[in-house]
Amino acid sequence: MTPFGELWDRSLRTLGIEAGLNAMVDAGITSEEVDALYVGNMSSGRFTNQEHISAVIADHTGLSARNLPAIRVEAGEASGAVAFRDAYLSVASEVYDIVVVGGAEKMTDVSDAMAHEIFATSVDQQWEVFLGATVPSLYAMMARRHMHEYGTTKEQLASVAVNAHKNGSKNPNAQFKNQISVEAAAKAGMVASPLGMLDCAPISDGAAALVLAPLDIAKRMTDHPVVIAGSGVATDTISLHHRESLTTMRSTSVAADLAYRRSGMTPEHVDIAEVHDNFTISGIMAVEDLGFVEKGQGGPAFESGKFDIEGDLPVNTSGGLKAQGQPLGAIGIAQVVEVTRQLRGDAGDRQVDSPQVGLTQCVGGTGGTSVVHVMKVI
Amino acid sequence: MGVARFWRENRTRYNLIGNRCPTCEKAFFPPRELCPTCHRQSIGKMVEIQFSGKGKIYSYSDVHDAPTDFSDQRPYIMAIVELDEGPRITAQIVDAIDGVEIGMPVEMVFRKIREESPEGIIHYGYKFKPAL
Amino acid sequence: MKAGIVTYGAYVPSFRIAAEEIADTWGENGPAISRGLNVKAKSVPAPDEDSITISVEASRNALRRRAIDASRIGSVFVGSESPPYAVKPSATVLAAAIGATPDMTAADLEFACKAGTAGMQAALGMVEAGMVDYGLVVGADTSQGRPGDPLEYTASAGGAAYILGADDPIATFNDIYSYTTDTPDFWRRDLQPYPSHGGRFTGSPAYFKHITATTTTVMERMGTSPEDYKYAIFHQPNGKFPLRIGKKLGFSPEQVETGLLVPFIGNTYSGSMMLGLTAVLDAASPGDRILAVSYGSGAGSDAFDITVTDSIEKMSEAPTTMQQVEGGRMISYGVYAKFRRKIRM
Repeated sequence: MTPFGELWDRSLRTLGIEAGLNAMVDAGITSEEVDALYVGNMSSGRFTNQEHISAVIADHTGLSARNLPAIRVEAGEASGAVAFRDAYLSVASEVYDIVVVGGAEKMTDVSDAMAHEIFATSVDQQWEVFLGATVPSLYAMMARRHMHEYGTTKEQLASVAVNAHKNGSKNPNAQFKNQISVEAAAKAGMVASPLGMLDCAPISDGAAALVLAPLDIAKRMTDHPVVIAGSGVATDTISLHHRESLTTMRSTSVAADLAYRRSGMTPEHVDIAEVHDNFTISGIMAVEDLGFVEKGQGGPAFESGKFDIEGDLPVNTSGGLKAQGQPLGAIGIAQVVEVTRQLRGDAGDRQVDSPQVGLTQCVGGTGGTSVVHVMKVI
Repeated sequence: MGVARFWRENRTRYNLIGNRCPTCEKAFFPPRELCPTCHRQSIGKMVEIQFSGKGKIYSYSDVHDAPTDFSDQRPYIMAIVELDEGPRITAQIVDAIDGVEIGMPVEMVFRKIREESPEGIIHYGYKFKPAL
Repeated sequence: MKAGIVTYGAYVPSFRIAAEEIADTWGENGPAISRGLNVKAKSVPAPDEDSITISVEASRNALRRRAIDASRIGSVFVGSESPPYAVKPSATVLAAAIGATPDMTAADLEFACKAGTAGMQAALGMVEAGMVDYGLVVGADTSQGRPGDPLEYTASAGGAAYILGADDPIATFNDIYSYTTDTPDFWRRDLQPYPSHGGRFTGSPAYFKHITATTTTVMERMGTSPEDYKYAIFHQPNGKFPLRIGKKLGFSPEQVETGLLVPFIGNTYSGSMMLGLTAVLDAASPGDRILAVSYGSGAGSDAFDITVTDSIEKMSEAPTTMQQVEGGRMISYGVYAKFRRKIRM
């Protein structure tokens, strides 16, 4: 992984290369052993004018010297998570043995206004954005309904961000390492009511990468392989307004159901989770849709500390999108990196006490795509 | 952006034209090629309808961080409006002098949506205002 | 003449700026100016309104009042001196927005504040000639006043729509007469954002002369006198001129006041006389006789002698002119400047 943040001196390609090489070094492999490269990236064309980023990264990591296949995957902010799943499927189906899967986004090579415009290309351009909707305003409408239906409060939303910043402060790669208070988060300037500045994840640069291999090969490479026990990906309507409910992300609950069933596990088995808290309301809806708490109980649960590092079910120990950062295509990979670190016991100051099972949940758009993975130690 | 991209939706956007599945009677806006419930039975049989433009607010947000094209209106209200005929749509709420709330009745108005540039095409379409 | 008004609709934007607020900005004596012009406030279009959106809203209100089959509207004319496009008709957007396209003709008209009434004459001619079943005519403006210019106190926004036809009209025309000269009292050159005017030259040789000519001629031709009319509407550049010309021609303030909207919303230019007439029709009863006289700088005046029919009582509900004139949200000069894009961003 690279640090996440406003990385003015690094380009998309240097970020992609750095993360990819770090992962290969960690796995103790050379480019000679790699069979394929998967890259999750949402919008390199609009952020940096460079498409075909799979070939660019393959070239500069030395993989194209052997003319290896390199595939870019795009699914909005879930690009990295879907790339991870496709890479996993390619190994699980025995097409490839060793695969490098990375995610990268360089968002600060355009103006803030342009970055937000590009960000919004993952929701419905024609029937939402064209008419004045912004991504924060769409999540704000989910938050408004959640408050209306379940009595969720501004302070409960704030507690999601407070937890993220507390964890981010212990993560050397995090964009934000400062802690914040519930009062400060609840009273921050409005972005799209009821969501304020501190309810929203930042614009970030960054990249993350992983090496996947069949278990027998993985065991030769490391003493602590992490097993992908279940994988689920699901879609829903691209426009938020077409959903029956704004307080449930059905793509998440369906993807979670698939991942749980394939892994033979239930929410009760999960020890740690990295969820897509691009907005504080997303964190609350995620813990509900993943089955960690009853629908409507996400806010009180965050407020009670259930999801703190010291709590029953630590969520977003990395700091999440809110504090670790939100480089779109890298999100889904960074989540798996964090879960892997935690399951291996490599998470430093933020290490949870010997977790056995970890879960990641990544969202594209307002839930047009959700990806859930369940991982475990062996 | 080429002019055709938005022009081809003008009729839909000017007049709230949608369609209805003849099998399950469900109404859609914008019009769909096929009914997501009835699939093949609906292909080529969807019936065009014009919505009344009346509905109520299902959810809303006051947008403070606005895209450049909307910055002279900020803060403005975006909402998901539930039309009387069933479908929900995303639209701006205007002329809400006393603010809005969930459940508030609204009706369609015709407004400028955005301009490509001072030299470019002006796009028009639906917004909603509190019902009289 | 068989053709008459089949239905009508008004639209006035909901924002207002007080004349005194404008005066304060320029260090002028607000109460004196407000009293002098007889204008308390003027309507201000929201940033997402223009003469096209106003045309559409006014026309939709007309269709709410009476459900005409829009596909039978054979002509659409929009009169405005503030069209959003220099080239590209407003009338085509309007026609599409009410579902009248494509079997029809359309055009934009310009004649300062009387472009809309010129359109009424054209459409009536087409109905009379059997060329169209219905003709839709709109007068609408988001008029421009140069910051600091006396026109800034009155230049406002609004519009009115009329559907004309021979099928069961709610009002019929007894006589129509126009008087036109080449008189440069007010103009705007191409590519200029604000109009220029001849100051006091806009008074007696322009407004008063042309309206006097049309009004006296119509009454002469009809053999009528002022008391034969329940209501009189004269173009309303400010609150004083219509009362003054009315008095001069023998009309009482009561005859003029029902259609006198300028004290509350300012001068809506192409919408001026036409909105005055919608306000009067909202109040009128079968048999009422109305004299409606427009004025357009440059210069010309159109006078319409109108009688309301029994059918006016068959109309459905739609937002009335006064419902839209009253109320509204007052804004500061700063917000006004932002809305009217007088702040360079």
